[in-house]
Amino acid sequence: MPRGEGFDLDMMQLVISGLANGSVYGLIALGFVLIYKATEAVNFAQGDFMMLGAFITIWLANPQFLGIDFWIAVPLAISIMAVLGYLLDLFVIRKMFGQPQIAVVILTIALGFIIRFVVGAIWKHEPQLLETPFAGRELRIGELVLGFEEVAVIVVTLLLTLFLFLFFRKAKLGKAMQAASQNQLAAYYVGIPVKRIQSLVWALAGAVAAVAGVLFASKGAVDPSTGLLGIKAFAAAVIGGFGSLPGALIGGLIIGLIEPFAAYALPAGYSQIAPYAVMLLVLIFRPAGIFSQMQKKKV
Amino acid sequence: MSFLTLENVTLRFGGLVAVNNVSFHVGKGEVFALVGPNGAGKSTLFNLISRFYDPAEGDIRFEDKSILKLRPDQVPSLGIARTFQNIELFEQSTVLQNLLVGRHRHAKVGGFAQTFFTPAVRKEEMEHRRIVEEIIDFLDLQPYRDKYIAGLPYGIRKVVEMARALATEPKLLLLDEPASGLSLEETQDMIFWIEDIKKHMGITVIMVEHDMNLVSAVSDRVLALADGKELAIGTPKEVQSHPEVIKAYLGSSGLDDKKEGAKK
Repeated sequence: MPRGEGFDLDMMQLVISGLANGSVYGLIALGFVLIYKATEAVNFAQGDFMMLGAFITIWLANPQFLGIDFWIAVPLAISIMAVLGYLLDLFVIRKMFGQPQIAVVILTIALGFIIRFVVGAIWKHEPQLLETPFAGRELRIGELVLGFEEVAVIVVTLLLTLFLFLFFRKAKLGKAMQAASQNQLAAYYVGIPVKRIQSLVWALAGAVAAVAGVLFASKGAVDPSTGLLGIKAFAAAVIGGFGSLPGALIGGLIIGLIEPFAAYALPAGYSQIAPYAVMLLVLIFRPAGIFSQMQKKKV
Repeated sequence: MSFLTLENVTLRFGGLVAVNNVSFHVGKGEVFALVGPNGAGKSTLFNLISRFYDPAEGDIRFEDKSILKLRPDQVPSLGIARTFQNIELFEQSTVLQNLLVGRHRHAKVGGFAQTFFTPAVRKEEMEHRRIVEEIIDFLDLQPYRDKYIAGLPYGIRKVVEMARALATEPKLLLLDEPASGLSLEETQDMIFWIEDIKKHMGITVIMVEHDMNLVSAVSDRVLALADGKELAIGTPKEVQSHPEVIKAYLGSSGLDDKKEGAKK
């Protein structure tokens, strides 16, 4: 095999694994953006939602726990997370109605800690892997060998983002969510049940987090502190413009791609800084994010 | 059948009686105006009818049914639409999008179908669009159709808010100070539109308004309020010449009350 070609294949594999990681960041970033779009609050527990979703799936599907069939366990875990999101809004977040945004932000930070410790107390702090039916399978395209999990992660993420994008553009519920975020009074008096809509947004954010958790745990181990990568996803959402769903995904993919290449090119230790350095550069040169909606709002 | 009836409605904010035992009814097809000095309880009555506040006492009935069990977001589905004194629009959306959101209660096809834009959805969307375009023509909003609200002048926003209320296809339209902040010319347009809304669309209108010129031009009946209490009800002329109303506007009775209060 000529040397140059091997190098290209290495690059391709770095790109694919970067995109797969980036997809998970992107899905968590989607959760940030969903909550932000609909309620103007930032949910700093979104990464921990992802981790919780992963652990619930592991608990349902892995043979050492309940051992339910994978294809039943996944929709079940997504539903459980959606219900948890809904109840969280109903019994906790809604009580903060009318309080400053910062109060909600701090509440979600505390919530993240609580989730981390509760998960650790129930399922221990050791890393665990979700056992999937397609574990260890490989996809061969010519000489390129790809992990099946990584490709699945990318495909599922793209489909989910497309669905959410269309949902917000076209569906009555999606439009109602946007209307409720722009003006609650006006939304009420065209007949939108604002409070229920906000609970549904939290449910949606819980479901998306569960999908991210399933994808993450099927390609690598999770432990209760995994949720901290929510910070990277936050950077992704900022890069994407914080109000844009495709922007969040692309922000996630950018961060996912930067990581392996930074590790390849920079000395160990420095490479970890790269995603945040990019976030800073974006904030300095394009403060509204790469995909900001502010552009077309200028009149 | 009575259209809208308020019966002995009272609302208190702590020690303040914002609405004090107010009763009136509005007939179908009427233009009914609420007038009175600031703090008389006019907007509060609007907020009671649109279920923003719960009255402490009394009942509010629309088409013979009490509405006091409904949530605010269920009010539009009865056919009651409203505008706000301080204009509540979706600022980061265009005029057209604002009006289309007004169609919310008429959207019927399911969410999944909408996400994938099936033919049934397309048909429904075209119907919504047709109705909204009629309203845009009626209120001369064509030049602003695709403009974002955030960049529009005050007078236009007022019209857009009324247009969105009309897009819900209401039976009863509540207009909170439709002429405040409008130029003389814009107020003339507003008079013309309110007459048309009544005559051609058959919509009943209740409005809060300070501009007596507009009130006398379009109202069938007027209710004057002060300090949450009814002062007078009747034709614009009757109410304007009512001694209690003149007193309330000149403020002499208010001064006397305060003096008496101090003595006690």
